[in-house]
Amino acid sequence: MEILTPFFTLGAYLSLTLGLIVITFYLERKLAAFVQDRLGPMEVGWYGILQPVADLLKLLQKEDIVPTQADRKLFLLAPLIIFPFILAGLAVLPLTPTFQASGTSIGVFFLLAIVSIDVLGLLMAGWASNSKFPLYGAMRAVAQIVSYEVPLGLSVLCVVMISQTLDLRLIGLQQGLYTPEANYLVGIKALGVEVTHIGGILSWNIVRMPFLFITFIIFYIASLAECNRAPFDIPEGESEIIGGFHTEYSGFRFALFFLAEYAMMVLVCLLGVILFLGAWNTPLPNIGNVKLADWTTGQLGTWYGNTMAIFWLASKTILLLALQVIIRWTYPRLRVDQLMHLCWKVLTPILLFILLLCGVWRLWMV
Amino acid sequence: MEHTEISEFGAILLFIIGGFLFIGVSLLASWLLRPRRPNPEKLAAYECGEEAIGNAWGNFNIKFYLVALVFILFDVEIIFLFPWATVFGQAALIEASNGLWGWFALIEMFIFIGMLAIGLAYVWAKGHLNWTKSFVQTTPFTSKVPEQLYQQINQKYERKAS
Repeated sequence: MEILTPFFTLGAYLSLTLGLIVITFYLERKLAAFVQDRLGPMEVGWYGILQPVADLLKLLQKEDIVPTQADRKLFLLAPLIIFPFILAGLAVLPLTPTFQASGTSIGVFFLLAIVSIDVLGLLMAGWASNSKFPLYGAMRAVAQIVSYEVPLGLSVLCVVMISQTLDLRLIGLQQGLYTPEANYLVGIKALGVEVTHIGGILSWNIVRMPFLFITFIIFYIASLAECNRAPFDIPEGESEIIGGFHTEYSGFRFALFFLAEYAMMVLVCLLGVILFLGAWNTPLPNIGNVKLADWTTGQLGTWYGNTMAIFWLASKTILLLALQVIIRWTYPRLRVDQLMHLCWKVLTPILLFILLLCGVWRLWMV
Repeated sequence: MEHTEISEFGAILLFIIGGFLFIGVSLLASWLLRPRRPNPEKLAAYECGEEAIGNAWGNFNIKFYLVALVFILFDVEIIFLFPWATVFGQAALIEASNGLWGWFALIEMFIFIGMLAIGLAYVWAKGHLNWTKSFVQTTPFTSKVPEQLYQQINQKYERKAS
């Protein structure tokens, strides 16, 4: 039975990802309806809850059109390559303190590297279509994603400097009751207020080093751009370049692009939660005899402990996903020059400064 | 049993294969269900209902390459910073050197980041970060040849062409 464990893990990760994708899909439609003051899907199932299933069935039976002038091989291959590599990126994310598909010690570094393959798929799709709009969309997508990889990498680096490890499981553990080192209020040892046994939100990274909250906001902005989500959706800006890189795609290959986009959203939100928002740890602190943190955490590795861990991780992730959706339906799209201005002249200099601050902070922490 | 547990990177490989299998199965389902009725109109490139003229594979704005170059500069910086970030604040190393190690490593990296910041400032000042350069000038050109001559030539060849 030992040999089956990796397959069980793969199944668990795949179903969690697909579950979160379906939830986001439904959430997207319902929240869009809420923002625009309408009802959204209401016909399929109770309050339209089966709408994602109906959409999937529809997309399954649509014709697969390959334009005559396209580069056929690349065109057919492009939608396939993005999702598996995003799934591989998910493998290094821990779901509970004891459950992680791949415990490689370079976890978050590997994650940043493999997620870049996303760009390859988009460029391949745009180029192979041999049509003007997809090519413009692909070039825009590449410029945007590579630019925003810099703030994204730097903001992850800030967390790595504070936690001194690349292993995401260890980064998660440090932000809770079972931390290997003692936690102090706002991280500074000289203040002498130990919060290791208080736990809760006080041991999250955004409180351990308060400037990481700014880093978190920048990480979130950069992750929106990495997913090509509004307000950074210029690669697929409908009003300018039709559908961007996926203009020529139809049927299930088109659906695969959407699957990959939503998987990417889930990935960056999970990563954001693990790096900044206390991973699977409870937000409730122990207050005197009222051991809220102990009660909502449970013992390490037990059935109850794992359930609570999954619960907190999933609910924080869904919260971030819902925020992404509300941002999409609230803010207008940026122009290309505004996009580059924000990335290179605002986010990167701020992060370089916070990076130095994080270095000094870390030395105050030991 | 000795080799029952696959390595950490083996798990990642399994995830990649699993991802491809998942996509393969769903594409197969779609292949079984979908209709296949192509026609020339359907297979034409989409260009807002107009017939597409020419090939899309052509020249591109140089701006995209500049962005890629600046990206490589900073990405290499980040790659160098990651290993450093995991060791500069290790409690054991700092204790072994009476607190010197941490500050020494930090100041060293400050200098490195400072140099890259100068690089960013250079690119910024040169205007390569502006998407549309604001100082494009058109040189005024006034031909010494009178307009009439051009018109005569145009008329001459117009007749020949028809």
